[in-house]
Amino acid sequence: MRTATDGLATGLAVLSTVLVVAPLVAIFVYLIYKGASSLSLAFFTQVPKPEGETGGGMANAIVGSAVLLGLASLIGVPIGISGGIFLAEFGRGTKLANAVRFTADVLNGVPSIVMGIAVYSLIVYQQKHFSAFSGGVALGIMMIPTVTRTTEEMLLMVPHAVREAALALGVPNWRSVLSITVKTASPGIITGCMLAFARVAGETAPLIFTALGNSNWSVNLNEPIAALPLQIYTYAISPYDDLHRLAWAGALVLIVLIVAAVSLVRYVTSRGVLKGAS
Amino acid sequence: MGVGIEVVNLNAWYAANHTLQDINLNIPANHATALIGPSGCGKSTFVRCLNRMHETNPIARVTGTVRIGDLDIYKDAKPVEIRRRVGMVFQRPNPFPTMSIYDNVAAGLKLNGYRNRRLLDEIVEQSLKDSALWDEVKDDLKKKSGASLSGGQQQRLCIARALAVDPEVLLMDEPASALDPVSTSKIEDLIFELKSQYTIVIVTHNMQQAARVAEKTGFFLNGRMVEFDSTHKIFTNPSDKRTEDYITGRFG
Repeated sequence: MRTATDGLATGLAVLSTVLVVAPLVAIFVYLIYKGASSLSLAFFTQVPKPEGETGGGMANAIVGSAVLLGLASLIGVPIGISGGIFLAEFGRGTKLANAVRFTADVLNGVPSIVMGIAVYSLIVYQQKHFSAFSGGVALGIMMIPTVTRTTEEMLLMVPHAVREAALALGVPNWRSVLSITVKTASPGIITGCMLAFARVAGETAPLIFTALGNSNWSVNLNEPIAALPLQIYTYAISPYDDLHRLAWAGALVLIVLIVAAVSLVRYVTSRGVLKGAS
Repeated sequence: MGVGIEVVNLNAWYAANHTLQDINLNIPANHATALIGPSGCGKSTFVRCLNRMHETNPIARVTGTVRIGDLDIYKDAKPVEIRRRVGMVFQRPNPFPTMSIYDNVAAGLKLNGYRNRRLLDEIVEQSLKDSALWDEVKDDLKKKSGASLSGGQQQRLCIARALAVDPEVLLMDEPASALDPVSTSKIEDLIFELKSQYTIVIVTHNMQQAARVAEKTGFFLNGRMVEFDSTHKIFTNPSDKRTEDYITGRFG
């Protein structure tokens, strides 16, 4: 009887795992099936051809996405982590902290298109032009709540004994927080940043109102800039089969690049971890 | 060198809970002093008042005077300064999990801005030798995390970490209660060695341990200090009936 129950539980766990992994694998396989054939050197080196011509690539969109995500991370990661440190270490129980936490949770639930409109009216409308800068800001703001809340939760998981050890050595509280608590929680904090990064990497809606897209080469922060999700969207709703194939290839490249970026950060931050560190 | 501790009318609270009531005693320099008593009697709270760790809990409060050497710690100094002069070892070993063995020992100095690498090397080596851990870890100093050591080794690492900032007093809150007998006897040998250089205050549940390591013993009960005398007197001929009942195992 016990063996049967054990078998049942194991079976359910395996089934659930398959259900979780299956959609991801299915999407990935389908993308490879649809998109891999359109991948060529030109895809990574050329900008889109004028409408009606075949060929061309998404070099500008790949670089554009990198620029937008770089800018978004520069805004979202430091602000988000600082916010999380405030919530967990300095503001615990204060009214301000509760307000910040509530705001972060609401911000997390704001639809991304609303974020686009907000940044449109705050930056694009004031400057009278679309820009890469406004796109980066929109994505950066979207990263903040995820980073803040994971940072807070990871810091709260650091054992009280570790904090006491630092205080008992005569280390000032702020120093103990930055050098001990944050360092101890850093693997979890990095995971939070990666989650936020991967989430905004695929965002299209907020970019429609801000970065706009650009079929030419541009890395100027003051001009509209291309981005992979935007380019995929534009091609997917176009009437040409050739562009549909490029859109599939773009989607494949986007996923691969996100996986590569996350893996790279994991690799870089895992070096220097000591034997037996928990 | 260690310094003596003079405690006058010390009272402590956790919120409305009056955990320590009118404690008065003189802890001699360069000796080990044991504090015994049943759980919840206030002995841990007492040692936490000696390095102002008690007040890190927001609901905690303390009144009275504690002089360490000639420093009135609640009047003349900031908590961080006190804690550099009064080291503490906790019940459960608590090395910094992300730091190497070396960095764990050097942490107190490094985090207070100390940067001279040659001197740091010397201090780390000396502290690990003083805590009888050097021979077991000298080949892995910077390779292994402090958390990779066994429980007993971790506790000696924590002692080395406390010694590295060169304190005058070492507080030990049940330092061996989470350890096996072999590790416990190593810690006890260590206390014996260290008391020539430091004033040691050790909280313990283990009465044999108190008898083995300490010259003086204080018995706490319900937030009060019932009796404080030479260890020999406390264990052979206590003046208070409650002390006798406790050490003979009639309660607690």
